[in-house]
This record gives sequence, C-alpha cells and structure tokens, in this order.
Amino acid sequence: MTMIKALTRLLVAGVAAAYLHAAAPASADEVAVKIGNFTFGPRELKVKAGTTVTWTNEDDIPHTVVSQNNFRSKVLDTDGKYSFTFTTPGTYKYFCSLHPHMTGTVIVEATTGSLASPE
Amino acid sequence: MTEHDDGMNRRKVLECMTWAGTGVLWTITGGVPASLGIIDEAVAAPAKGFTFLQISDSHMGFDKPANPNVKGTLEEALARVKTLPVKPSFMIHTGDISHLSKPSEFDDADQIISHAGLNVRYVPGEHDLLDEDQGKLYLDRYGRGTNGAGWYSFDDNGVHFIGLVNVVNLKAGGLGNLGNDQLEWLEEDLNGRSASQPIVVFAHIPLWSVYPEWGWGTEDSARALGYLKRFGSVTVLNGHIHQVMQKVEGNVTFHTARSTAFPQPAPGTAPSPGPIKVADDKLRSMLGIACVTFKQNEQRLAIIDTPIQK
Repeated sequence: MTMIKALTRLLVAGVAAAYLHAAAPASADEVAVKIGNFTFGPRELKVKAGTTVTWTNEDDIPHTVVSQNNFRSKVLDTDGKYSFTFTTPGTYKYFCSLHPHMTGTVIVEATTGSLASPE
Repeated sequence: MTEHDDGMNRRKVLECMTWAGTGVLWTITGGVPASLGIIDEAVAAPAKGFTFLQISDSHMGFDKPANPNVKGTLEEALARVKTLPVKPSFMIHTGDISHLSKPSEFDDADQIISHAGLNVRYVPGEHDLLDEDQGKLYLDRYGRGTNGAGWYSFDDNGVHFIGLVNVVNLKAGGLGNLGNDQLEWLEEDLNGRSASQPIVVFAHIPLWSVYPEWGWGTEDSARALGYLKRFGSVTVLNGHIHQVMQKVEGNVTFHTARSTAFPQPAPGTAPSPGPIKVADDKLRSMLGIACVTFKQNEQRLAIIDTPIQK
C-alpha cells in the first residue's frame, strides 16, 4: 500500500515536473509591446528564441501587426491583443498595415547556453 | 453671384475652415473650384450648373469618447444636404465608411446615407478593407464595375471623375500607395482626353504631402499628378485627415473634407493623429461634408488655364 502510494506520488510529481518543464520557457519568456500614440513601444525588441511577444493596442484607433511573410494579426481594436511566438532566430521587421509609418523590429537570438542547464 | 465669381479669398477660406456647421459649398467656375461661402449664404444666391457632394470618414462603429454617436452625426450631416439651394447630382464618399469593415457597419452607413436619395460613388479607406479577405467585403458591396482594388472613372456633365484607391498594399515605413497597375490604368484613362476637360480626382488619403510624419500623403502620387499636368483644371478631393485643408499648385487644387465622425489634430499639434476629444458643443463645428458645384459657363471655360490664386 505505502509502496503504491509512494510510487503514485513519484509518478504525479514526475508528470508535474515534466509539465512544468515544458511550460516554463513559454511562461517565462513573454514580452509585451504596447501600441500607443501610433507607435510600437518598445520599437525595437531583443528576445530569445521561443519568446512569445504580445502586442496590445491602447489607441482609440485600430491597428495591425504585420511582418511580411512571417505573421499578420487581424485588426486590433482598442485593447485588442495579438501574440506571436518567435521560434527562429533572426530580425523581424513589422509594421501596421493601416498606418505604415508605424514600424517596429523584433530581434530573435538563438537560445545557446540556456540548453546547458542540467535536467 | 458676382461676389462669389471673384473666387475664394484668403479670408473666405478661413471662414470655411472655422465655420461652425456641416457643409462648405464649392463651385467650379471655369473649372476652378471656389467657395460659395457657407450654406446659409449660398441659399440666398443659388449656383447654376451642377452640384455634387463629398462625404468622408463616416467611421460607422467608432464608439470612443471623441464621438460616441457617429450614426447621429452622419444623420445630421446628411440632413444639411436637404437645406442646399440646389439638389446635388450625386455624392462621392472618400472612404472610411466603416471603422472595422463589419457588415453591420456598412449596413448602418448605407441605411443612413440612402436618406439623402442620391447616387453615391465610393472609394475605400484603410478602415474599409479590414475583413478577413482584406477588401472582398468592400468590393462585393461597392466595387461593381470597378478595376483592381476598386478604382474607376466616369463622366458627368462634361466633367471627368476619377476614383482612385491608395489604401492597399501599403509598404512598411511608407505612405498611401496607388501602385503600378492603377497608375498604368490612369495613364490610359487620360490618354486622348482633351486638356480642356475639367478633371476631378478623388481618393481617401491625400494625394499631396500634407504631413508625411503621420503618413498623410501618397508615396507615388507624383506620377499620377504628372499624367494630370496637361489638364487645365484638376481638382483633387481627399479625406483621411478629418479636417479641411486646401492647396493650389498650378492648375491643381487639392482639398480635403471633414469627417462626419470625429476630428483629428492639425499636423504636428499632438503626439499622434488619433481622434481628438473636444467639448460636446464644439464637436459639430469640426465635422461635416463638402459640396462641389460645377458652373457651366462657356466664357469661363475659355479661361480654364488660369487658376485663381489664393
């Protein structure tokens, strides 16, 4: 009985750990970009691969977040949000397709080094 | 009329710009637009020729503090049409009919605008192409018989009207955009036309550089204006900036209309071009429509090459 209990506890702990391990990078690497006064803030962002960036429109006018061939949000009305997870390193230039003078950049760096962390 | 035939002096322009009402009546005398003053003045001296209306930026669906009742102000603006001395021949809408391209927003606009009992010719604003298919909804509704993203031309009372689309395929960091296909079409459309035929061009974003820092201009408008250069009378009517601005350059008169929904700041006077909230009793003085009257007068047409300096 106690043996089974202990095993179960171990199993549950293991599953939980595995789950946490998988979820951790996503929840830890979330970055917010504010859209306000027809500008993206911050305008240039440096993140590690795997980071999810969430844009929130705080203007009274709708905006979009568009990076040619990479991603395209639907129209974001006031308080509208759009998230994109950057998995591939590189420089992502984006803009608002309604107001193209609004531009921004996300620079995604490889996660080298962080892989070294032991299990 | 004599007074009005002198054209629009500086003071009158300013009067028009600050007039607390919904409409400015324009006349095209000898192909050159001039103000007939405010509607009340014009009532006393009706214009001859034909008249058309310009309405812009109705933004159905906008509900922010700058104007929580855009349906109401559109209705009020159109009610003023009935007070005009001459029934307009038709109406042009220079875009941003809707705020978010929702079918219900287009429905509201159509329903209210239909009360004017006029034919309406549309060009889209960037707010009208926000559906999943990036403009299919607009084209299905308003684009019958148009080319490409919705551009077209037609003749009315001897005037050649050209509706252009400068809100598609906008490039990062850029301004409004006509694109090569449309420009080639424009060149062809004007080919062989008499230089004495008055031209009216209308599009959403200004075809002149109003304030590029806020995107208020059109990347490739110079090419379009090049094709129009040989014409004695060219009138360019735009919206987008929600305020009246006018510029005369050679034979070309540029004019932007007010919105019926909410005002936007004068260039550079605010951190962004976003809607400005004004006192409730001031709002209506910053919204409105424009009315263009074409005065057919052979003698005047004879001096079409001489634009009035303002």
